[in-house]
Amino acid sequence: MTHSAAHVSYLEDGHTLRSWLLTTDHKRIAILYLVAITFFFFAGGFAAFLMRYNLISSHGLLGSAETYNRLFSMHGILMVWFFLVPAVPVTLGNFLTPLMLGARDLAFPRLNLLSWYLFMVAGFVALYAVVAGGVDTGWTFYTPLTSLYSKGHVVAAIIAIFIAGFSSIATGLNFIVTIHKLRAPGMGWYKMPVFLWSLYATSVILVLATPVLAMTLLLLAFERIFGIGVFDPAIGGDPLLFQHLFWFYSHPAVYVMILPGFGVISEIVPAFSRKELFGYKFIVWASIAIAVIGFLVWGHHMFVAGTSLFSAIVFSLLSYMVAVPSAIKVFNWVGTMHKGYIHFDSPMLYAIGFIGLFTTGGLTGLFVAALAADVHLTQTYFVVAHFHYVMVGGMVSAYFAGLHFWWPKITGRLYPEMWGRAGAITIFVGFNLTFFPQFVLGYLGMPRRYFAYPAHFEPLNLLSSAGAVVLAIGYLLPLGYLTWSLLYGERASANPWGATGLEWTTPSPPPTENFAVTPIVTQAPYQYEQPEAVIHE
Amino acid sequence: MSDAAAHEFQFSSAEHQRETAISGIWLFLATEALFFGPIFLAWIYARLADPSAFDAGGRQTELTIGVTNTALLIASSFAYSIGLACIEFGSRRGMVLWLLIAWALGAAFIGLKFGVEWRMDLEKGLFPGANFSIHGPSRSGAQLFFAFYFFSTALHGLHLLVGLALLAWIISKARQFTAERHNSVRVVGLYWTFIDIIWLILFPLIYLIGRAS
Repeated sequence: MTHSAAHVSYLEDGHTLRSWLLTTDHKRIAILYLVAITFFFFAGGFAAFLMRYNLISSHGLLGSAETYNRLFSMHGILMVWFFLVPAVPVTLGNFLTPLMLGARDLAFPRLNLLSWYLFMVAGFVALYAVVAGGVDTGWTFYTPLTSLYSKGHVVAAIIAIFIAGFSSIATGLNFIVTIHKLRAPGMGWYKMPVFLWSLYATSVILVLATPVLAMTLLLLAFERIFGIGVFDPAIGGDPLLFQHLFWFYSHPAVYVMILPGFGVISEIVPAFSRKELFGYKFIVWASIAIAVIGFLVWGHHMFVAGTSLFSAIVFSLLSYMVAVPSAIKVFNWVGTMHKGYIHFDSPMLYAIGFIGLFTTGGLTGLFVAALAADVHLTQTYFVVAHFHYVMVGGMVSAYFAGLHFWWPKITGRLYPEMWGRAGAITIFVGFNLTFFPQFVLGYLGMPRRYFAYPAHFEPLNLLSSAGAVVLAIGYLLPLGYLTWSLLYGERASANPWGATGLEWTTPSPPPTENFAVTPIVTQAPYQYEQPEAVIHE
Repeated sequence: MSDAAAHEFQFSSAEHQRETAISGIWLFLATEALFFGPIFLAWIYARLADPSAFDAGGRQTELTIGVTNTALLIASSFAYSIGLACIEFGSRRGMVLWLLIAWALGAAFIGLKFGVEWRMDLEKGLFPGANFSIHGPSRSGAQLFFAFYFFSTALHGLHLLVGLALLAWIISKARQFTAERHNSVRVVGLYWTFIDIIWLILFPLIYLIGRAS
């Protein structure tokens, strides 16, 4: 590359398909991921939509329990491994990490591209499993159903997740090394934006937990193929061992899904409150604490699986402990907004929605972490509502918040603000309408994963399904106006929100090498100034 | 161009790139340790449930081949370290020679393990399933032992094959390395030694514990 071409935006630097598919530019790889992730989000969402359609009637409108089982398994597998786990890290994280650090790229750009290819291969294998007939095991693959009895395409689904896991590991490894080694001069650890700290904590979990899942799934595949193995009680194996190993990954994975969301919110709340982030170090260390304690709570998924009372009490206690750093974050965001000069732009609307929905999801988590309450609530819609408040109300809102916040930086275009706000509000309303009734249903005893149910649960299910329609419209809105903005949106300036952070000091969209001159960091992040009038009030 | 080739554009210097690559491989090895972790955990856990059956299985393994293979792998890593020391002193020929020896020792392991030992195991009817040759009360536990045995040795062998490919790659581009620039040699060396360490845990699990009691 010659130096005369140095200021070409990354979008203009090559127009061929080849220049995209063989790129090592972290920004282009983020776009490749964005396209793939969006597809899987809507594919998984469509499955959920059909499930809500089925549950309108207590007899099940789809007419087949088998189809319903395959739908919720597909919904879970696609949403967990092909949307929630990767979503923020591989799109916003890929795009922003070098920009926020003042670096030119991630430490290992080719590994980054490889991780995208692995993800795509995994995605195609998963789609093959779906098209070939799907799996009926749920996303948790419990043995011995999966290893010995299920008739679905379990091995294909497992291979898909196995490959996607290596994509996660590659991404996590890249972020950790990049954050350690490629910070701009002056960018000390405590000068890093919280988003990067969150991504760092996320990456640590990805790197340490995903290999365990990979091995567990390999052992499961071995057992299914040869009809004999580690989790088979007939020869002295142990099905509970599978649950332990599975949740050793899958509970920390919950924090993989939500921690990047915390990071996004921590960027947006100060920017739209025009105030410094309240309690920076608390937020930072809360992220690390969540990553650490998150590894020690997996047993709370097995309270009724036949584990000892002692282990149940310990896991219950540890699960309560993880609520502390989560609460610290919520208080800090609210503290940041307190006496702030708040702008209700679309990213902020999503962020405020996140705080409310995540708090609801988090607090109901304490209900199910309590041993006695869990015996009543486990396997009911209460659990479904709880984790959807965290995953969808929390994580998906945070993803949309971040997408709207950095969209001008990523694409160089502004979206129509009124549509953005309409979308945020529609999603908030639709989400609550869909999932709040499920708390009630679960408390009343409606079990999850059932295709038909007693008739007296019908009104609340109808309400939930009606909410799903509103929610679907809410998700289609951004798909429409964000795509529209690519072609017709107004050109964005370098810093349309007046936000701090190195990514806003370079043009929108950024040039291929990110910064014409490597920046030197002298200030702490979030140095926002309030308008005079507000300060003297 | 020569300056640009010295390090990639996201690094400030060749030294910066070298340090970063070394951090990367260490972190990768950490993920590998966690990848093998569940097998070791499950293996030890399953043995605790039925030690005598596991030991009955363990006694059917080929100790002589196991010991020979352990020696081969350790010697191979030793040869690799000498190769690395050679390039540090600027001797490219020495490096190639010792890496070829390391490669040959690794290949000998693969040949012995899968060409000889696995064949003997299969002929003795030790693959778990209906034709499993150990009968009596130990039958089911011994099958579990051999499920672990075949699974973990296959996986370890796969890692060795990747290692052999990497060694061949290093040898093929030996001309690029100098006393100052031989980052890839160090990175591959860390991986090559790591495979030994995995084997050093598998070796007692397979061959020794069953014979000790």
